[in-house]
Amino acid sequence: MKPVRKPRLLAANAVAVAFAVVIAFPLYWMVLAAFKPEDELLSTDPRPWTTAPTLDGFRRVLTVDGLGGYFVNSLIVAGAVVVLSLFMSFLAAVALTRFRFRGRAVLLVMLLVAQMVPVEALTIPLFFLMRQVGSVAPVFGLNHLGSLVLVHLAFSLPLAIWMLRGFVAAVPTELEEAATLDGASRSRFVWQVLFPLVAPGLVATSVLAFIHAWNDFLFARTFIISATENQTLPMAILVFFSPQGNDWGAIMAGSTLMTIPVLIFFVLVQRRLVSGLSGAVKQ
Amino acid sequence: MPLLYLIPAGVLLVCMMGYPLYQLVQLSLYEYGQAQASGGAPLEFLGAGNYLALLSDSRFWTILLQTCLFAALCVLGSLVLGIGLAVLATKIGRIPRMLLFLAAIGAWATPAVAGSTVWLFLFDQDFGLVNELLTGSGMSAAEGFSWTYDKYVAFGFVAAEVIWCSFPFVLVTTYAGLTGIPGEVVEAAALDGASVWRTTRSVLLPMLRPVLLIATIQSIIWDFKVFTQIYVMTNGGGVAGQNLVLNVYAYQEAFAASNYGLGSAIGVVMTALLLVITLGYLRAQRGSEVTV
Repeated sequence: MKPVRKPRLLAANAVAVAFAVVIAFPLYWMVLAAFKPEDELLSTDPRPWTTAPTLDGFRRVLTVDGLGGYFVNSLIVAGAVVVLSLFMSFLAAVALTRFRFRGRAVLLVMLLVAQMVPVEALTIPLFFLMRQVGSVAPVFGLNHLGSLVLVHLAFSLPLAIWMLRGFVAAVPTELEEAATLDGASRSRFVWQVLFPLVAPGLVATSVLAFIHAWNDFLFARTFIISATENQTLPMAILVFFSPQGNDWGAIMAGSTLMTIPVLIFFVLVQRRLVSGLSGAVKQ
Repeated sequence: MPLLYLIPAGVLLVCMMGYPLYQLVQLSLYEYGQAQASGGAPLEFLGAGNYLALLSDSRFWTILLQTCLFAALCVLGSLVLGIGLAVLATKIGRIPRMLLFLAAIGAWATPAVAGSTVWLFLFDQDFGLVNELLTGSGMSAAEGFSWTYDKYVAFGFVAAEVIWCSFPFVLVTTYAGLTGIPGEVVEAAALDGASVWRTTRSVLLPMLRPVLLIATIQSIIWDFKVFTQIYVMTNGGGVAGQNLVLNVYAYQEAFAASNYGLGSAIGVVMTALLLVITLGYLRAQRGSEVTV
């Protein structure tokens, strides 16, 4: 690019920083409100700082309203989805890259189409499906966390397989030949050589799966009808909205708790995420 | 052997995506209400009945139109902001760029529910910072102004939140595309006497086309099926359902009004619309591969 003259560079820098401040502001405001004492929150003269930071909001939502339990529920669902999706998508990606068989091209196109299916539209049939499943295996039925694990696992698979394909394909076939010559069985090669080699891809895919399951609002709202103890975080936060006045301190503390794990994940893996995503789209 | 590896993922996808898709179409062909859901009444086959009911309902057309307009607004906003900031990011110092990207990634990572609640708080009628600042700067009309009461204001408000959390994807992909273009290409064009405008139009844009295509189509797919933000920020679709989009409409018809058949028909319409966009995407992508 052309070298930019100094005043223009300064102006561009200033504009960029201004945008950064505006974009980050809602997050700052959320965390700030979570630490503000009650009277400051209800003042009609909100200040962009607080002189008396307090953990009251967090204490209240965690102990009185049991948000800790919902946090754990969210973790269980997202964690189960990540682990299961990792193994399933890895195996499928190996099958689709390392083997030539009839119908492979069709499967690949179906994977691409599956990524475009608006899963939100499937809420109604899945609701009835989960009701049926529940009558056979209650843990995976309505009102149980298992139902959420099943749907998010399924929804995370198409993209995860698609992304992992690129990583598996990048491992040279000579490596497999060498392993075979050394007497390693196929499954031994897959698990002890291939699996560690595609670790970066596994990280990117598992983060995406985690975020999808962690952020879900629609299915949690639809499937967990009466068993409030099995609610996940997004639904639990909405309890603090009421016509008599919203408990903003609790809402912001809950939202902060919900955002932090995702934020940490994103910052840790953002580079891999972007390369993984663009790799997935390019193929 | 490959079959064995495909079984776990394959079985789950068939059960949790393939079968429900088939069921969705099935349900949309029946009268399926509370009585049928609880097994109290026999199923009644309607054929295209639910679809005819939808097509002759002016409410459906209104919601379809506002879904498209809302999605268009969100897509346009995300693209303008994302591409604009990506271009800006190529012309600034390292530290401002890092700040910009950190902020964008923060917005991107914020869960939809948390993002919705904090925007609601910022724009709250009585305790919100925005109304306070507006009143403070002399706009007395802003005192106690509700951002979710008027239909168009509410749509704009939700769209702003959606743009806030979906432009970062455009920014990151476009920036990656821009930095992937070798500087020599631009220099060569400049040496040949091409103006900045000409360079942008004839050199940069064609090279960026695949990236921009992906960003655009992804945005369309996301913004067309926004659910959480509309549901949380307008409290289930706004005053008297004025802020409904197809997704929320289908949900409300099914789970609030127990019209599971009609709700499924809306779901089928939405899936079909998105499929058309998907096919356009696949075609355009193939087209771009040929030209590169």
